[in-house]
Amino acid sequence: MRAETWIFEFLIPVAKIIAVILYPMIMVIVMIWLERRVVAWIQGRVGPNRVGFQGLLQPIADALKLFFKEDIIPKEADAFLFNISPPLVMFSSLLAFCFVPLGESFRVGGYTLNLWVADSPVGLLLVLGLSAIGVFGIIFGGWASNSKYPLMGALRSVVQVLSYEIPIGLTVLTVVFFSGSIDLIEIVNHQQHGRVWFGFMLPVSFVVFWISGIAETNRAPFDLPEAESELVAGYHTEYSGLKFAYFYIAEYTHMVLVSSLVVILFFGGWLPPFPNVRFLSFLGWIPGFVWYLIKIMFFLYVYVWIRATLPRYRFDALIKLAWKWLVPLSLANLFVVVALKYLL
Amino acid sequence: MPDGMADSPRLLRVQEFLDKRYGAGILSRSFEKMELTVKIKRAELLSVLAALRDELGFNVLDDIIGLDNLRSAAPEEPRFSLLYQLYQFPGFSRLRIAVDLGEGEEADSVTSLFRSANWEEREIFDLLGIRFAGHPDLRRIYMPDDFEGYPLRKDFPLEGKP
Amino acid sequence: MAFKEIELNMGPQHPSTHGVLRLKVTVDNEVVLKVEPIIGYLHRGMEKLWENATYPQILPFTDRLDYLAAVSNNLAYVLAVEKLMGVEIPKRAQYIRVILAELQRLASHLSAVGFMANEMGAVSVLLYCFQSREGIMDIFENYTGGRLMVHGVRIGGVPFDLDEDVTGLIRRSLAEIPGRIKDIEGLLNENRIWEHRTRGIGVIKPEDAFALGLTGPALRATGFAWDIRKNIPYCSYEDFDFEVPVLAGGDVYDRYLVRMEEMRQSMRIIEQALDRLPQGEFRLRVPRLLKIPPGEVFHTVEAPKGELGFYIKSDGTDKPERVKMKSPSFINLQSLELMCKGNLFSDIVGILGSLDIVLGEIDK
Repeated sequence: MRAETWIFEFLIPVAKIIAVILYPMIMVIVMIWLERRVVAWIQGRVGPNRVGFQGLLQPIADALKLFFKEDIIPKEADAFLFNISPPLVMFSSLLAFCFVPLGESFRVGGYTLNLWVADSPVGLLLVLGLSAIGVFGIIFGGWASNSKYPLMGALRSVVQVLSYEIPIGLTVLTVVFFSGSIDLIEIVNHQQHGRVWFGFMLPVSFVVFWISGIAETNRAPFDLPEAESELVAGYHTEYSGLKFAYFYIAEYTHMVLVSSLVVILFFGGWLPPFPNVRFLSFLGWIPGFVWYLIKIMFFLYVYVWIRATLPRYRFDALIKLAWKWLVPLSLANLFVVVALKYLL
Repeated sequence: MPDGMADSPRLLRVQEFLDKRYGAGILSRSFEKMELTVKIKRAELLSVLAALRDELGFNVLDDIIGLDNLRSAAPEEPRFSLLYQLYQFPGFSRLRIAVDLGEGEEADSVTSLFRSANWEEREIFDLLGIRFAGHPDLRRIYMPDDFEGYPLRKDFPLEGKP
Repeated sequence: MAFKEIELNMGPQHPSTHGVLRLKVTVDNEVVLKVEPIIGYLHRGMEKLWENATYPQILPFTDRLDYLAAVSNNLAYVLAVEKLMGVEIPKRAQYIRVILAELQRLASHLSAVGFMANEMGAVSVLLYCFQSREGIMDIFENYTGGRLMVHGVRIGGVPFDLDEDVTGLIRRSLAEIPGRIKDIEGLLNENRIWEHRTRGIGVIKPEDAFALGLTGPALRATGFAWDIRKNIPYCSYEDFDFEVPVLAGGDVYDRYLVRMEEMRQSMRIIEQALDRLPQGEFRLRVPRLLKIPPGEVFHTVEAPKGELGFYIKSDGTDKPERVKMKSPSFINLQSLELMCKGNLFSDIVGILGSLDIVLGEIDK
């Protein structure tokens, strides 16, 4: 095999796959630190700042602790399903990252390096579908634990996730309508050259998508299924050690995925802001994926901010919010957007 | 501090009412430290409390206190006493009704008159062993269900039974 | 697995049952049918111990009853003993007792509101409340040395005099609490999620509340102006000008509002007491071996959790013949079932938080 073929068609894709696995993991590590410090600051505390500089190694300490804990499987639990559900939840979130573009392509020598693993013309659909497969992991985990609390928690989680898929789908449709494609890269490209980003053009879509995204990831204020004061810990009550770590990481990975989607769909992905303003043109010198990271970090920060501030929705109100408010709102939004586009 | 009942017209009225209605049922009365205690016969308990609640307005049962008089009473006197601490809201007067019980005698449960007496009577049953006839759910409340003995009785050792 | 009528067990180890409380809950697909509290996990046999302790020795025990509001228990016991002795306490001591009791009321309500908010998910409110509570604990630490088990009164008066240090500390801590209360109210009062989780939840009708013997902020939230400080004033409370907040909703939201308003009134009382603190003795000389002639007395105070009372029967020796404590949380807990019926399972923690019970008081 020629050296070039070997590099371009084997080494680089493998490197990209490793990057796809590493990138969410690194973001998760950052998120763990961010969450604990930011929640602490909002509460007037300091947060963990002993392990490493400013506590940056705290996530490593947490991971090591979970690694060394005893792996308990309840006696009456269905061992196969019990063991398979943590990897299943992780797998679905990680696989979706293959389709998420991190920045614009750039040329290295004669080769165009794409900052994504796969460029599918139906990328958005695949991402949404894959993140919905995680539901199976939740149900398997709750059922296989053979205990009342996890089962109730799992059922609640599943109903929540499924209910909030609908507003997500409807709001995403408005974006697709404007960009004319469900290819994620095309959607970002459609927001460049001085066009207003979709987040500002379709504010209702953005807000509904953001709320539904938080509910999809089982985060506050929609985290009743796993709130510790209610059902102890929901579907992952019976899990300990590394398997619990998997669920934990999977939740954060899902958060990063939802933030990525928000940024790509509504806030221009890797595009710098104010491209038409002359004296801000230096912003264009910062590479695309840095902008992408900055935007994602902002939304992850908003995740944590909301968690530290708002009380929790009770479960029936959660579902009512989805069906009585968000679904009709997103439907109406879709009609209005379509009508306006045709009339104007 | 003034200690005459004449300063408490309400309590005076209560005493007159009880004397008139239950003459023979009243065993004794005392007025000390601005508190009136009326000792009545065990059989009259429910009707006295009902009359006090409905006609004189003592609508709150603050507490039921069980006493074990093993050391202080003479052997032929009843061993236990039950004190019913009543309160009038509004009006803010206090009244104590005392009932003497021997060993093994049952008292009437006042849960039909005062719903708050439910757990209080369970506590007295648990710790002193006095049974209440007509209580909807008389079982131990503090000690484990299979515990034997009644801890607050004077003949139960402080260190507990092994 | 059939889904009608499951019996679930909460506790005794549970993150939100305010102590070792066990609740047997029967639910029908999330709607609560029956709640049975099972207590006794913290029963320490206090009343038996008290029959074998002298009157001053009982006082430290009372700190451990309602451990979040130690001074109220101390005060209730000491007032009952002094009524039995028939002594009159100097005015200065009474005013200092009022200051300590109202500070303790502030601390207890802050902790109650904080934990209630924490269980509903507003995790930051808990820490804000506890920060203010730390200020009050610092005052207690300065005064007697104890933060939680304060032991702040003695039979005959108070242990120490209030000097410039402590009064300055009190005024400084009090200066920052109104801002803190405003913060918390800003976060919670108009918050749609909070209102949704507390309005109309855990409703108890006034006649039921009264019949079940409910006292304290929970009763005042159903419309009864029941406050022993106003009804049967003790310890010079009649000298102070304050209001008793009374609302009529009977739900979790009103109980929360009553507590917030009571905190403001407590601050009013403390300021008045500090401004008008009379000169004089802060402690009566009481014999070390305190023998009280035979008699019995029943005296109640308005503790933060409700009406706290002591019945003491003396037989002439230095140890009491019988001491019985009327515990507000013990009686309030009986109303839990009625409040939870018909609500959802997720509401139980909120209702329990609004009822504000302490297992130390319930189990004695």
